[in-house]
Amino acid sequence: MGNYDYLIIGNSAGAVGCIEGLRSIDKTGSIWLVSEESNHVYSRALIPYYLAGKITIDKMFYRPAEFYDRAGVTLITGQKAEALDPEKQEVVLTGGERLGYGKLLLATGGKPIYPPIAGLDKQNIFSFHSFKDLLGIEKKLASARHAVVLGGGVIGLMAAEVLKKKGLKVSVVELGGRVLAPVIDETGSMLVEKTFKNAGVDIYLNNTIQEVHGEESVEGVTLRDGTNIPCDLLIVGVGVIPRVELAESSGIEINRGIVVNKKMQTSAPNVYACGDCASNFNFVTGQAQPLPLWPNAYTGGRIAAFNMAGIEREYTVGTSMNAMHFFDLNLINAGLNVTGETTGDFRVLQKLDANKDIYLKFVLNNKGVIQGYILIGQINRAGIFLNLMRKKIDVRSFEQELLSGDFGYANLPDELRWQLLREDVILGVV
Amino acid sequence: MGKILAKPEVCMGCHLCEIWCAVAHSKSKHIIKAFNYEDKKPEPRVRVEEKLPLTFALQCRHCNEPDCVSACISGALTKNPESGAIEHDAEKCVGCYSCVLTCPYGNIFIDHAHKKVIKCDLCAGMETMYCVSKCPNQALVYVED
Repeated sequence: MGNYDYLIIGNSAGAVGCIEGLRSIDKTGSIWLVSEESNHVYSRALIPYYLAGKITIDKMFYRPAEFYDRAGVTLITGQKAEALDPEKQEVVLTGGERLGYGKLLLATGGKPIYPPIAGLDKQNIFSFHSFKDLLGIEKKLASARHAVVLGGGVIGLMAAEVLKKKGLKVSVVELGGRVLAPVIDETGSMLVEKTFKNAGVDIYLNNTIQEVHGEESVEGVTLRDGTNIPCDLLIVGVGVIPRVELAESSGIEINRGIVVNKKMQTSAPNVYACGDCASNFNFVTGQAQPLPLWPNAYTGGRIAAFNMAGIEREYTVGTSMNAMHFFDLNLINAGLNVTGETTGDFRVLQKLDANKDIYLKFVLNNKGVIQGYILIGQINRAGIFLNLMRKKIDVRSFEQELLSGDFGYANLPDELRWQLLREDVILGVV
Repeated sequence: MGKILAKPEVCMGCHLCEIWCAVAHSKSKHIIKAFNYEDKKPEPRVRVEEKLPLTFALQCRHCNEPDCVSACISGALTKNPESGAIEHDAEKCVGCYSCVLTCPYGNIFIDHAHKKVIKCDLCAGMETMYCVSKCPNQALVYVED
C-alpha cells in the first residue's frame, strides 16, 4: 500500500484546479491521481466544438501531454476507486490495491441522466459527455441522416446545433414547455427557439420519447403525443447528476451532491470534494446545490487545494452561470433565473429588441443588488455584471445604464468606480 | 510582474491606444496597410471607457487569481508561472466566451470574425508596449512591481 500526501479521485477540471493550486504552494508533497478513464485529461465541454470541426482531436486535451510529469503527479488510469475508509484514510481500487492519503479530493464528476425509457441501451444512442461518446458519435456522423436529441437544455441544444451543422435532420424533444427553462426566462426561450427553427431544427415541447424502435440500433422513436420520428442517431442530453457512490458508501453526507462547506471540506475529516459531484455554496441563494459548471469545478478544486495544503480559503463566489451560443445567437446568464412564475421581492429591468434578437434583463433585490441577469445578443463585457453581483453593489443610482448595451466602469458613480479600480488607475496627478 | 496603469485625469480620449494596439496585433504592423489593405480590420485589445468628460483606457489586468483561466474550457487561457501574464492560445480557443462571462473588468474582447476572443498580451515579443509608448499624454504607464 502506498501512502501519499494528496490523493485525487477524478481527472477533469476539478482535479486540474486542485493540482495547479497545490503546486502553487506545495512543490514537494506527493500527489497521486486515480482516473477511471484512460485518456489524458480532456475537456468534455469541447465535444461539440470537436464534432463541428472547429478543433482537432489534440485540442480536446485540457492541459499539455507533459502536464502531470511537470507537476510531479503519479497517475493511476483505467482504474476505479471502489471504496473509501475515511477513518483509516484509505481508498481501495478495483483490483484491491489500497492507497493511503493525508488529504483526499473527490472530483468524481457527474453522470449523464438516462430517463426511464425502454430501449435507450440500443446502438447509435449516446450521451454527450465522454470521450467514448465523442468517438461513437463521430463514427456515426458519416452515415447518419436524422438525429433525435432528447433534452432541450444547454447540452441538448449544443448537440442539436452541431448535428444540424453536419447536415443531419435534427429533432429536439423537450419535456418542459420551453427550451433552456432552468437558465433563462420565457422571452429568452422564445428567442432561442426562434433561432433553432430558423436554422431548420424541429423542436417538440411538452413531449418525451415514449418508445424507442429498432432491433439492435435505433431506427425511430414514438413521442408521448404519438408523433413518429424515424432516426438513426439518438442523443440523450438531459443533464447530469452528481456521482456520489464512493462518498455515500463511506458514510459521507450527501444532499443531491456531496455536501461541502465553503472550504470544500466534506463531512469526513481530510476529505474534500469539488465540481459536478459536490453540492457547492451558491452565493446568490446562500444555499448549497450542485452547480455542474466548468468554472465552479476548477475553482472549487483550487480552493480545496489551498485548504488541503493548510492555507485557509473559502469559495464564496460560485453561482449558476453559463456562456452559450447557438448558431449566431450569443447568450450569458448568471445568478437567479427569475421567470414569470417566480415569486419574491424582486424588481426587474429589461429591454427587448426582438427584431435584432437582443434581450437584456436584470433582477434586483430590495437593496438594489443584482441577483441575476440574462444577456442575449449583447454579451460584451458581461463579467462586469458578475463582479457587481459578487460584490453586492447597490446599483439603483445607475440602474438604467445597465441596459445601455455598452455598460462599463465609466457608467459607475465616481466613488464606486475608483474604489473598484483602485489598483488599476493612478489618481491625483493634476 | 508589473502592470499597465491608467491616469484618467490626463487621458484625452484620443483612442490612439486602441489604434496602435490594433496595429501592433495586425499582420503587417503598419498603420496604413493594417487599416486599408488587410482582410480583417485590426481589432484593439485595450478599450477607452468614455462618459464625457471622463475617459480612461483599460486592458487585461493579468489578475493573480484569474477568473478567466478558471473558466476557460479549452485550456487556451493560462497564467504564465514565470511572467505572471495571462496568455491566450488562439489555436486552442473555441470561442465559448466563458472568459467574457467571468472577467470582472470586461477586458476580454470578442473577435466576431473568428468566433474567438482577443486580449492584451502586454505586446509580448514586441519592442514596446504600444498603448503605453504611443499615448501622447502619458495617460497609460507601465509600473514595475
